[in-house]
Amino acid sequence: MLYFQTWKVALILAVCALGVIFTLPNAFTTQTVESWPSFLPKHQVSLGLDLRGGSYLLLEVDTASVERDRLNNLVDELRTALIASHVGYTNLGVAGDHVSVKLTDASKYQTVHDAVVKYDPDLQFTTEADGTVTLKPTQEAVQKRQQSAVDQSIEIVRRRIDETGTREATIQREGDKRILIELPGVSNPEHVKALLGKTARLTFQMVDSNASADEGRAGRVPPGDVYLPASENRPGLPTGYVVRRRALVSGDMLTDAQPTFQENEPVVSFKFDSVGARRFAEATKENVGKLFAIVLDNKVISAPVIREPILGGQGVISGSFTAQSASDLALLLRAGALPAPLTVIEERSVGPDLGADSIREGTTSCIVGVILVVLFMIVFYGLFGIFADIALFFNLCIMMAALTLLGATLTLPGIAGIALTLGMAVDANVLIYERIREEVRGGRSLISSLQAGFERAFGTILDSHVTTLVAGALMFWLGSGPVKGFAVTLSIGVLTSLFSAILVTRLQIVTWLRRFKPKVIPI
Amino acid sequence: MFRPLIVIRRIPNIDFMGMRMFGFALSAIMTIGSIVLFGVNGLNYGIDFSGGIVIEARTPQPADISAMRTKLDNLGIGQVALQGFGGPNDVMIRVQRQPGGDQAQENAVTKVKQALGPGVDYRSTNVVGPTIGAELIRAGTIATILALVAIAIYVWFRFEWQFGVGAMLSTLHDTITTVGLFALLQVEFNLTTLAAILTIAGYSINDTVVIYDRVRETMRRYKTMGFSTLINKSLNETLSRTILTVSTTALAVLSLFFFGGQVLHGFSIAMLWGIVVGTYSSLFIAAPMLYYIRPKGVHGRGGEPAPSSTAAANPSPGTKTGAP
Repeated sequence: MLYFQTWKVALILAVCALGVIFTLPNAFTTQTVESWPSFLPKHQVSLGLDLRGGSYLLLEVDTASVERDRLNNLVDELRTALIASHVGYTNLGVAGDHVSVKLTDASKYQTVHDAVVKYDPDLQFTTEADGTVTLKPTQEAVQKRQQSAVDQSIEIVRRRIDETGTREATIQREGDKRILIELPGVSNPEHVKALLGKTARLTFQMVDSNASADEGRAGRVPPGDVYLPASENRPGLPTGYVVRRRALVSGDMLTDAQPTFQENEPVVSFKFDSVGARRFAEATKENVGKLFAIVLDNKVISAPVIREPILGGQGVISGSFTAQSASDLALLLRAGALPAPLTVIEERSVGPDLGADSIREGTTSCIVGVILVVLFMIVFYGLFGIFADIALFFNLCIMMAALTLLGATLTLPGIAGIALTLGMAVDANVLIYERIREEVRGGRSLISSLQAGFERAFGTILDSHVTTLVAGALMFWLGSGPVKGFAVTLSIGVLTSLFSAILVTRLQIVTWLRRFKPKVIPI
Repeated sequence: MFRPLIVIRRIPNIDFMGMRMFGFALSAIMTIGSIVLFGVNGLNYGIDFSGGIVIEARTPQPADISAMRTKLDNLGIGQVALQGFGGPNDVMIRVQRQPGGDQAQENAVTKVKQALGPGVDYRSTNVVGPTIGAELIRAGTIATILALVAIAIYVWFRFEWQFGVGAMLSTLHDTITTVGLFALLQVEFNLTTLAAILTIAGYSINDTVVIYDRVRETMRRYKTMGFSTLINKSLNETLSRTILTVSTTALAVLSLFFFGGQVLHGFSIAMLWGIVVGTYSSLFIAAPMLYYIRPKGVHGRGGEPAPSSTAAANPSPGTKTGAP
C-alpha cells in the first residue's frame, strides 16, 4: 500500500490536473472564457432555472378528449353506414369507453360490422341477444392514439414556441402524457401560456341559412348541424350560428398564415395547399351568396358572405383583431392545431435577480463550509489535516469537472449537495486517521500503522459511501426537478470523494514518507 | 512538522449499555411523539405538496404588508397570506388553491399582480396543481421506504441479518423523528426537505456501519468477552471518529443553515437534526439492539450487560489491536 507504481501516480495526478482544468471555466464569466485560446476547455456547468432565471411549465395533454372525439366520430361513421345500408337502429351513442347501438334486425349485424371495420379495424365487437351491438376500441389502439397525440402535441408546442423566438427552450416528454417546458430567461411566461392554451383547430363550415340561431341556442338544431357561439359579442352581429357539422376545409390544409392589414384593420391572410385550394374553390363556387363560418376551437370568429368563388386558395380572416391577436392567430395557424387541449399543471418562474441571489447564497455557504472544514481538519490532524484539505480541494475540482462534462444541471439544492459532500468527503480521512492513531497507540511501527490504517478503514468507508449512493440513486429515480439536481451532485460528490480521500491522500502521505523519512507520525 | 492542536488521547469509558434502557425509552417517546404530532398537527406542506400559488414580490419602497393585504383581501380569491421575509422590501404572497381548473389559478395570479399595481418586481411565481402534490408525496414516501429497505439489505449483505435489522430500525427512527420535528416546529415541508430525509437515511447509517464494523471485529478477536462489554468497548473505541465525522458534516450543514438563504432553510434544519439524531441512535439504539438480536458468533455467555464497575476494567487505551 505504501508503494505506488509510476503509472498509478501518473494516473492520479492526471485525474487531478484534468479536474482543475475542466473546472476552471466555471470560475470565470462566460465572456472571459470565450476569449481564451481554443485549446482550453470552455464548457461551463449549466445552471438550472432557479439559478439563471426562467420559467418551467409542466403541461398535461388531455388524452381523454382524444378518445372522446374518436368515439363521437365513430358514432357519425356508424350512423352513415347504417343509413347507407338501410339498417334500422335505436339508441345509437357513446357510452363510457365504447359506442353502442341497438339494431332492429339483429341479422344485419355482419353488414354493419363490415362497413365499420373499413373505417376503423381496431374495434372489438360484442353482440347481445336483443340486437345491441357495442364497439370498443382495443386497448392497444387507444394507447397508440394517446401516444401519438402526446408526440404530436410536443411537436406543435415546439413549433409554437420556436415561432415566438424564445431561445434555448427545452421541450421534453415527462411520463405518459406530460410535457415539460423550460424557458430560460423568460420570467413572465404569460404570452407563451396563452399561446399553448389554445388548440387552434380551424375549420371553414357553411352556415345553415334555414335554421335560426335562437332555436340553435336552445338546443334544437336540424340533423347534421351544430350550434356554435361567436368568439366575441359584437353589436349588430349574431351571438351564435347554426352551421353544418361537416367542415369544408380545415386548418391542416394551410401552408401559410400571416398577420396583415386590410382597410386599416388587422387581419390574418392564409394560403391553402393544393387539396385545400381545390376544395375551397368548389365549395365557394357552389355557395355564392351564402354565409360561411370561420371557426376556431368551436367558436365562430367571423361569418362572411361568399361574394364570388375563391379560386386562388388564398384569403383573409377578419374579426375584431388587434395587431397582437392577429399575429398570435397567424402563429397558431402556421404551427398547426393541437390534437388535444393542454393544461398547465405546474408553473415555476424565477426572475433573474432572485437567481443571482441564490447563486450568491449558495456559493457563500459552500465557501464558509469549506473554510470551516479545512480549519477543523488542521486543528484536529495537523499535517495530515493539510493532506486531507488538499485532497478536498481536488475533490471539489473533480466534482465540478464531472458535473460540467456530464452536462448536469446545477440547481440550488445541487449546490447544497456540494456543500454537504464537502463535509462528508473528509469523513473518509477521519476514519483513516483515527484508525492510524489507534494502530500507533497499539504499539505498531510507523509504516505498519499507516498501512493498517488505510487497509482497515477502507471497508468502512466503502460501506458508508454505498449507503449514501443508494439514497442518491433513489432520489434521482423518484425525485423531480430540484431533488434530482441534489441527487446528482450528492452522488457524484460521494464517488469523487472516494477517489480523493483515499488515493490522493495516500499519495501525499507516501511522498511525504519518502522525502522526509519521519520517525513519528504527527497525529 | 504540523502537529494537531487537539488530540483526544484517552479512550473514553462510557457505559452505553448501562444506559440502554434510558435510550430505548427516550427513542420510544420521540418516535411515538413524532407519530402523534404528525397525526394531530400534520405537516406544514409547502406549495410543492399542497398545490396553490406562491408569489415572491419585491416592492420599490419597504413593503407595507397591511396595505397590500387590504388590496388583496377583496379580490375574492379566498385566503391570501402575506409574509415578510429576507429584506424589508420582500413579501411572500400565498394564495390558496383556487376552485376550478387551471385557468382559475392563472386568473388569480393575474388579479394579484393587477391589484398590487406596477413597480412591483415579481421575483418568482409558483403555481402547482393538486395532482402534482399528491404524486410527489407518494413518490417521496416510496423513495424513503425503498431507501430504508435497500440500506438494510446492504448491511445484511455486508454483515449478517441481525445487523441489518438494527440498522434499519435506527434509520427508521431517525427519519420518523425528523418528520416529527417538522410536525412540531411547523417549518415548511417541501421537496428539498424530502431530499434531506432521504439523505439522512443514507448518512445516519454511516456511524452505525462504523460501529458495527468495530463490533464485528471485536467479536472475532475476543471470542469469550461478554457481549455487552464487547459492545461498550467497540462504542468507546470508535467514539472519537463518530464525533469527528459528524462534526465535519455538521459544519457544512451549519454554513448552509446560516448562509444558504430561505430556500434551503428546511433542508438544513432537517439535515442538522438528522445528523445529531443519527449519531445518537447509532450509539444508543443500533448498537444496544444487537444485544437483543444477537448476531451469530457471539460466544461469550456474559449475557447480562456489564455493570459499570466491570466496564471500567476494560482493556486500557494501549490495548494492542493487533494484526492477524
